[in-house]
Amino acid sequence: MSRINRKKRMHGSHPEDEILSMMTPRQRMSYYLKSYVMVLPAIAFLLIFTVYPMINIVRLSFFKGNALKPFKKFVGLDNYRQIFFVKKDFLNALKNTAYYTVAVMVVLIIMSVLFALWMQKERKINRLAQTVFFTPYLVASISCAFIWSWLYNQNPYGLFNTVLGWLHIPPQRWLNDSRMAMNCIIAMNVWRVVGYYAIIILASLKSIPNEIYEAAQLDGAPAWKVFFRITLPMISPQLFFLLITITIGSFKVFDSVRIMTNGGPGDSTRVISMYIYDYAFQRNNTLGIASAAGVVLMLVLILVTLLDFKGIEKKVFYQ
Amino acid sequence: MKNSIKQKDTGWSEKTGRKKELAGRIAGDAFKIFIMLLFVFPFFWMITTAFKTYSESILIPPTLWPRHFTLDNFRSIAQSGIHLGMYAKNSIIVTLAVIVLQTIIMIPAAYAFAIRKFPGSNLLFGIVLIAFMIPQQISYITVYLMFSKLHMINSLWPQILPFGANAFGIFLLRQRFRQIPREIIESARLDSATEWDIMMHIAVPMCRPTMITIAMFSFIDTWNSYFWPLVMTNNDKYRPLTLYIEKLKAQADTAIQWNEVMAGNFILVVPVIIIFIFASKKIIEAYAYNGMK
Repeated sequence: MSRINRKKRMHGSHPEDEILSMMTPRQRMSYYLKSYVMVLPAIAFLLIFTVYPMINIVRLSFFKGNALKPFKKFVGLDNYRQIFFVKKDFLNALKNTAYYTVAVMVVLIIMSVLFALWMQKERKINRLAQTVFFTPYLVASISCAFIWSWLYNQNPYGLFNTVLGWLHIPPQRWLNDSRMAMNCIIAMNVWRVVGYYAIIILASLKSIPNEIYEAAQLDGAPAWKVFFRITLPMISPQLFFLLITITIGSFKVFDSVRIMTNGGPGDSTRVISMYIYDYAFQRNNTLGIASAAGVVLMLVLILVTLLDFKGIEKKVFYQ
Repeated sequence: MKNSIKQKDTGWSEKTGRKKELAGRIAGDAFKIFIMLLFVFPFFWMITTAFKTYSESILIPPTLWPRHFTLDNFRSIAQSGIHLGMYAKNSIIVTLAVIVLQTIIMIPAAYAFAIRKFPGSNLLFGIVLIAFMIPQQISYITVYLMFSKLHMINSLWPQILPFGANAFGIFLLRQRFRQIPREIIESARLDSATEWDIMMHIAVPMCRPTMITIAMFSFIDTWNSYFWPLVMTNNDKYRPLTLYIEKLKAQADTAIQWNEVMAGNFILVVPVIIIFIFASKKIIEAYAYNGMK
């Protein structure tokens, strides 16, 4: 993974070299065999349940079929033509997912940095705040979705509408309003995960050596300058991690959308993973179309992950 | 020059400055507490709704605390046509089975990757890393087809076996095994301990905290999982609690009985919250560490 390991490998020194060199060829064979037996179960499970499905979905995307006969008819690239040029619903799902991702990203990054700065001092109240902000992250996303659906209830007894009533604002339809629904889902998900990201930023803030701040203080640098010139660059590896994790998480969003709006009203909150779900087994002979959409999703995620590995290399380089 | 002026400045206004600071701190703390209350409010609302009668749950304006504290919601969801116990049993079996299977598979793999040297180990570890990035939304179609071909859809296996190898756990445990001082392993070998003994009686006990962390991650993931059981099951008999709550909502047809839905959520959320209360510091540290790596 890291440069240091790679260097070690290049020089060919491994702690096991010594005992390996003392073995007879027979003993060495048995040593290797034992090693393979140890990793075999893990590798077998991973090959069957993740690597093979990754390859198989590409194959499926070239066929028309259903759950019973997935490879009924070879259609080449027709499924891709369908989702990009014939049907309008895939591009709509892609657009909704992109909107969700960008909005969640902007709000989450700003909020998690603010929360982290806010909780930075070693105080009892800040320990409590960490625990409180983190709690929703551990709770099932579908429970969070249900609780917020209840808060968003469009009747006058809905909690948010009650609060609006105090402010003399007419009740809103929230999740039943196609212009508001997506933002309502975004608000819920930000609430759910912001504590997790804030804690990552917080850990990163605490790893910044104090001397740097002291030096800045001696120079009489204003607080905003300290933040943009010192703090922000120092936590940039973690911000990068956030960028990647939020993107991957957002492209996969499913649970909250399905519970809160089920893609509606209209198609205003239908996202990619929902699209794949709808087409895979819920309709007739559209497994290929779902697979093509899955391949597109996979390509996006691979691209993002590769960026991530690039980022990690950079991080090691700077250390 | 500049500095000396500044110091003089602060010295002159020290008293008023301190007072201001204190006032600012109190105001800041009050605001912080307010935000914290907002954060936990949804859970508070879930709990109070779960103990309200139906007529109170749709009262205008809503009541903050149940006027008539009732356990009827729990009674009625337990007695309705859908069997709470069956779903709870499935959740528990699947979660425990996943954790046990993962642990059995993870230990030797992480040990071999961390300690031993064998041809192709980098390539094989690459497979572990690839498995990181394949989301369930991609793999489920093929996995469903496989289990359906084997006529195993009507069982709990499709919810257990696909999670047998925990790529993240193998990665984390390998990192930890690597930190074991080499001398310990070598001196054990000199005492002619078998590799099995070294792994089980030296390496594993030393890395127990890491293994508990991994098990906890698995518990939360599996207990909370919704997408996977939704797509892998056709029959209520094999569905976990998360799908039970969805069913509660679906069953109520037009007028959803939110008090009952919240009672169901209460049952799903409580085990996780209890674990969090007992180990919040450890859990937060584990997640923070995970993000820093």
